[in-house]
Amino acid sequence: MFKRTLFVFALTIVLADSAAAQKLVIDVQGVAQPTPVAVVPFGWQGSTPAAPLDVATVIKNDLRRSGRFAPTNENDMLQKPTDGADVDFDDWTILGVEAVVVGKVIQSGENAYTLQFQLFDPFTRRQLVGFRMPASRGTMRSSAHRAADMIYEKLTGIKGVFGTQVAYVVAEQQGKDRLYSLIVADQDGENEFKIMESKDPIMSPAWSPDGRQLAYVSFEGARSSIFVQTLRTGSRFQVSNKPGINGAPSFSPDGRKLVITLGGVDGNPDIYVLDINSRQSTRLTTHRAIDTEGSWSPDGKFIYFTSDRSGGPQVYRISANGGTPERITFEGSYNARPRLSPDGTRLAVVHNDRGNFRIAVMNIERKDLLVLSTGRQDESPSFAPNSDSLIYATRQGGDGVLETVSADGLIRQKLASGKGDVREPVWSPFPRF
Amino acid sequence: MSYTKLFAIAVLGLFLAGCKQTPVENPEPVDTTYGGSGADTSGGGIYGRGGGEEIPDNSMDETLGTVIYFEFDSSEVRMQDQELVAAHAIALNQDTFKNVRLEGHADERGSREYNIGLAERRSQAVRQLLMIQGVSASQIQTVSFGEERPVAFGNSESDYAQNRRVEITYTN
Repeated sequence: MFKRTLFVFALTIVLADSAAAQKLVIDVQGVAQPTPVAVVPFGWQGSTPAAPLDVATVIKNDLRRSGRFAPTNENDMLQKPTDGADVDFDDWTILGVEAVVVGKVIQSGENAYTLQFQLFDPFTRRQLVGFRMPASRGTMRSSAHRAADMIYEKLTGIKGVFGTQVAYVVAEQQGKDRLYSLIVADQDGENEFKIMESKDPIMSPAWSPDGRQLAYVSFEGARSSIFVQTLRTGSRFQVSNKPGINGAPSFSPDGRKLVITLGGVDGNPDIYVLDINSRQSTRLTTHRAIDTEGSWSPDGKFIYFTSDRSGGPQVYRISANGGTPERITFEGSYNARPRLSPDGTRLAVVHNDRGNFRIAVMNIERKDLLVLSTGRQDESPSFAPNSDSLIYATRQGGDGVLETVSADGLIRQKLASGKGDVREPVWSPFPRF
Repeated sequence: MSYTKLFAIAVLGLFLAGCKQTPVENPEPVDTTYGGSGADTSGGGIYGRGGGEEIPDNSMDETLGTVIYFEFDSSEVRMQDQELVAAHAIALNQDTFKNVRLEGHADERGSREYNIGLAERRSQAVRQLLMIQGVSASQIQTVSFGEERPVAFGNSESDYAQNRRVEITYTN
């Protein structure tokens, strides 16, 4: 394990390598009849005995974890072709397999490889996708996820999110102290990377739309302030440290602004829009109630937020330029932490469901609320960039763990961490290639 | 100056001492080095009952004096805590160079950032009470930790009750 310390604004950020961080373990509950698919072990042409990564297994696991596919057992395969030309379609139709993936990794230099794959429908005997991409040892895993995304999209019509990441906060007890870490990992739990750690609480991570930065709240020095940190370099800058509450940052769709909550000396939390470059903030709400947890609509026109101006917390929206807020949620006594799906059709909230705090999704048009989670203290819903599923935190045996659920509630995955209390997951945008 | 300061500390000290007296006299732990099998205590005979004493509600003993607890979904300082806040107001009025930080906390139910707002309301309620009694706004700083710093980690109502609090910390 290596540790590097960067001093930025006289504050310390510790970067630790992924091997030291805890690994997420996964448990899947899928659709009743997942589609049978075959991912044939990939071929290897190179100078070492084996390929640097078992690409077929990465693809297979991605498809299995989606809950929509049942990969065929390798022992049941009647042939193991690595090139489309060698596929005998009858060997696959007899197994009832609806899609076959074959491919290989070819080494072209010391750390230069080509990953190629083809997807076939054995019944129509047609190639559905064929793709070749360059890779290094460092990028091969993300290339494999990218291949899985292409396969998933072709078979389901839904963009895959296997190549995305998740940021979350972990709190661990260390003697008398608690240690808080801000972690970024691949969405399958691999490649965990600690981007910040502190003895004081870390809260409310939020991705920039380009996926390069995270905004978060840190209580270092026993007061709240908001930072924006660049993932690649680890450098960060403080964007808000006013007296009182500095909280709930969320990026505008153009990435230039943050909606934040400021409480001021008198402790009345209101919604503000902060221009990141100029540090100029504009107040949007002035009510005496708690107004917080602002987040932008994908078109940038509105800011959805939580307010208890009617008594209990409910979701409101206000024009991003200010104006009169409009109440959005009416079902139940508690609807908080609104997050819109990237396609703008659905709103995820923390909802009090007969005494249990659960994740619910409201269809913006129809206004109906669907409760998706089953815990007692579920929180922090965040949509995947394809709008098809959500990640949130739930409790298990006293610790926080992460779960994902499809927006229709049918597919559920548990991502249980090895140690610590895991909370506040936020799904990254799509990666840019 | 130093006399008033001492007086203030003495007043507060007496107050705290007064509040603390019950929990200090805990019954002896049963399994000391002597014997220690626990067989003696299990009898629960008349002698055991007569010689013991009532165990006070100790949910507040260690932090009494600097922690104020709140009802569910409430930021109202309860009657029994008003005296405590008043004692701090006296201390702060008598030494205006003293500063306090009021740390607001919430239980862990519901949304985190909303809980930051709720916990801030609690620290503001204590701040208002201090200011009504003459403490200068410049002596008081508030910070809300929401549900991020629980003292009780279970999920019973008594755990939640211990977490709904404002901690008063003297910063100089």
